[in-house]
Amino acid sequence: MLALSAAVSGAAAAEALSGHDGLLGGPSETLTNTLPWRDGLADAPEAASAGNWRYLNGAEVGFLTAAVDRLIPADPTGPSASEAGVVVFLDRQLAGDYGNGAHFYLQGPWQKGDTTQGYQSRFTPAQFYRHAISAIGQAVGKSDNGKVFKDLSADRQDALLKQMETGDLKLDGPITSKAFFTMFLQNVLEGYFSDPIYGGNKGGAAWAMIGFPGAHYDYSEWVTAYNQRIPVPMVGLRGRLAWSRS
Amino acid sequence: MAQAMPKVDVVLVGFGWTGAILAQQLCDAGLSVLALERAAARSTPVNWATTFDQDELRYMWRHHLFQNVKYSTLTFRNNIHQSALPMRHLGSFLPGTGVGGAGIHWNGQIWRWLESDFKLKSHNEARYGKQATAGLTLQDMPVSYQELEPYYDMFDKTCGTSGQAGNLSGAKQTGGNPFEAPRSAPYPTPPLPMTYGPKLFEQAAASMGLHPFPHPAGNLSQEYTNPLGMQLGKCTFCGFCEKFGCGNYSKASPQTTLIPYILTKPNFELRTESEVLKVERTPDGRHATGVTYIDSAGIEHFQPADIVALTAYQLHNVHLMLVSGIGQPYDPATGQGHVGKNYCYQTMGSVDVFFDDKLLNPFIGAGALASVIDDYNGDNFDHSGLGFIGGAYIAGMVTGARPIEMVRVPDGVPKWGLEWKHAAKKYFLRAMGLSVHGSSYPQAGNYLDLDPTYKDQFGRPMLRMTFDFPPNDLKMSQYCTDRAAEIARNMGASSVHAKPRKGPYDITHYQTTHNVGGTMMGESPADSVVNKYSQSWNVANLFVTGAGLYPQNPGYNPTGTLAALAYLTADAIKTKYVKAAGQPLVAA
Repeated sequence: MLALSAAVSGAAAAEALSGHDGLLGGPSETLTNTLPWRDGLADAPEAASAGNWRYLNGAEVGFLTAAVDRLIPADPTGPSASEAGVVVFLDRQLAGDYGNGAHFYLQGPWQKGDTTQGYQSRFTPAQFYRHAISAIGQAVGKSDNGKVFKDLSADRQDALLKQMETGDLKLDGPITSKAFFTMFLQNVLEGYFSDPIYGGNKGGAAWAMIGFPGAHYDYSEWVTAYNQRIPVPMVGLRGRLAWSRS
Repeated sequence: MAQAMPKVDVVLVGFGWTGAILAQQLCDAGLSVLALERAAARSTPVNWATTFDQDELRYMWRHHLFQNVKYSTLTFRNNIHQSALPMRHLGSFLPGTGVGGAGIHWNGQIWRWLESDFKLKSHNEARYGKQATAGLTLQDMPVSYQELEPYYDMFDKTCGTSGQAGNLSGAKQTGGNPFEAPRSAPYPTPPLPMTYGPKLFEQAAASMGLHPFPHPAGNLSQEYTNPLGMQLGKCTFCGFCEKFGCGNYSKASPQTTLIPYILTKPNFELRTESEVLKVERTPDGRHATGVTYIDSAGIEHFQPADIVALTAYQLHNVHLMLVSGIGQPYDPATGQGHVGKNYCYQTMGSVDVFFDDKLLNPFIGAGALASVIDDYNGDNFDHSGLGFIGGAYIAGMVTGARPIEMVRVPDGVPKWGLEWKHAAKKYFLRAMGLSVHGSSYPQAGNYLDLDPTYKDQFGRPMLRMTFDFPPNDLKMSQYCTDRAAEIARNMGASSVHAKPRKGPYDITHYQTTHNVGGTMMGESPADSVVNKYSQSWNVANLFVTGAGLYPQNPGYNPTGTLAALAYLTADAIKTKYVKAAGQPLVAA
């Protein structure tokens, strides 16, 4: 028999028991002679919502749309990052647990640290993006006669992104352009290649470009099919992508 | 004042692999066992069902099954001259949390140490002279391979390990690892079939006179029922083992091999969302009275027990020893003390291998699907004149191809832009990595202690890690990665990119979750924290399991050996300790 040390039921129980990833709030339970399984609590992922921007302001959308399409430009081999929905992905991520720093330790004291010590900012990722994009806008305004990033030529945008990658673009404030670029490029790849339910990789087009068939469960019959195309249809967490509206 | 709970025979702190092993063994021996787990209960259908398990973003990059550093982290620095700062985001290693611990999201790579790994210091000094170990604080283990072999075998049978034996009771076996120590029994299930990339590695290595064999795998090649009646399914090669749960019951984990059995025991209880803060002791400090833990509502409880076993992850066991004031903390300035000493890691190199004319389809994979050579591991090769000791296994390994992590592009291609995009498209199906899984040996400045500045959420000092790669290990990685690159060139690759491990150690990039040392076992209190039965030298009813027991880390994944040591500990408690409760099992 299941014995709960705290009496919980229904929706409250479902919410409390969703503390699966180490978040506090689940009840302390004592389990004996039972399996820890409950009806209706499958920990399925939450899809990105449709509709308007959840976190980004217009200026940020402008910068990010231009920047992500220099990181992954449009051409016949596959979609650009923005065509694949990466800016929507970034917005939903920054509006959600990731942006809120749900898996970051952000308590003080805060020191600059060495690169081997990793992220040392007080900011959540959402705050980090906001501060960094604002500081980049100021730096670009100074270097490029008051222009904004999205209105610059592709070559100039590439040059600025390279300066961010190396940290040579000096920013006012606590965030280095290199630290921002590192997080940004990682997040762009996440958006481009993650399951379409999160808002990027629209229609599985990024997976199709590289030949990844998606969230398959069973490749048993293809293990020793050496050096040949594996003719399985692409699937995502919503099922076969050709059947899904996304 | 903490609420006192009913007393139990044994309280386990943490319920992953070693907690589950102790629980099963000690419950079957009739002891009452309570496992305290800091986070939630987790199970296959609820938490990693096949309908949503293959989700790279959520599990790998958003850390869905890992320890959440928001609530539990440590501080880190490369050397004693730096200020340690909090690890604010997971990177280099990914500890678990919740029932099953990191045993949920591991790859299932099940290794045994070489016989010489158990006598590492004396073996190397006998063969190469004392200067070979200079600068390294190596120690011999107090147990031998022969003593541990029956327990290695128990773990293999618990897991249903898939593999090909290379040495059965001294008789060499074709197709297995010719360097391995004698096994008393074959692997319970046959080796996994090789996909194309590992097959190319196998052929290239064999053509060079090396000795490839299938990597021993906790991803099962066929259906299997273990001695407890737990059933595992045949692996479907979905390519989502490492950093993911297995929705198919095909990967050995506490949940698939032990926990359902344990939970049927009337003398077992599992209490979740219950984090142990401290081991409590009698006023003379010689005897543990139990543990204080805090539940998710913030209420403190005192759990009395006759035996306390620290069965959490290595980092937490060391932390709990330090915050409980048990044993003498190691001081690198004086060399005195042993708690936190000999912290080691794993020295990981790799080689990216690209083909213009071969489709590898690397998305077909499993956590331990590899052809591997052990020719350059441990002391399987002559180190004379090389300037280092230790080594690495080299594996042509395809765990899967999750595209956020595993889009590989040749050396010299930028990390973004059209050139990157074209290379990503060209090589995603035509590239693989070789893993150069190297040993990590201790040096005096690498250790764990309590941070002087940062406190955890309960007000205790955080654990502080001070670590950098010793010169010996960087030389080892360079040498072994060079050997791996030679194999790669013989695979018919169009380009090869060798990546030996370079210093300084960087906590931001994933390397491996193989943190070891800090509660090492040894011959006497003068050289260690616990004896060969994992019993504290200071507190006779306190036992400590896990990779913290290792005085150094050989070039193998740690789980096989730490599981075997847990079985040995359980056996010692059942057969020796209960007859001499409160007594040391080894005279100090």
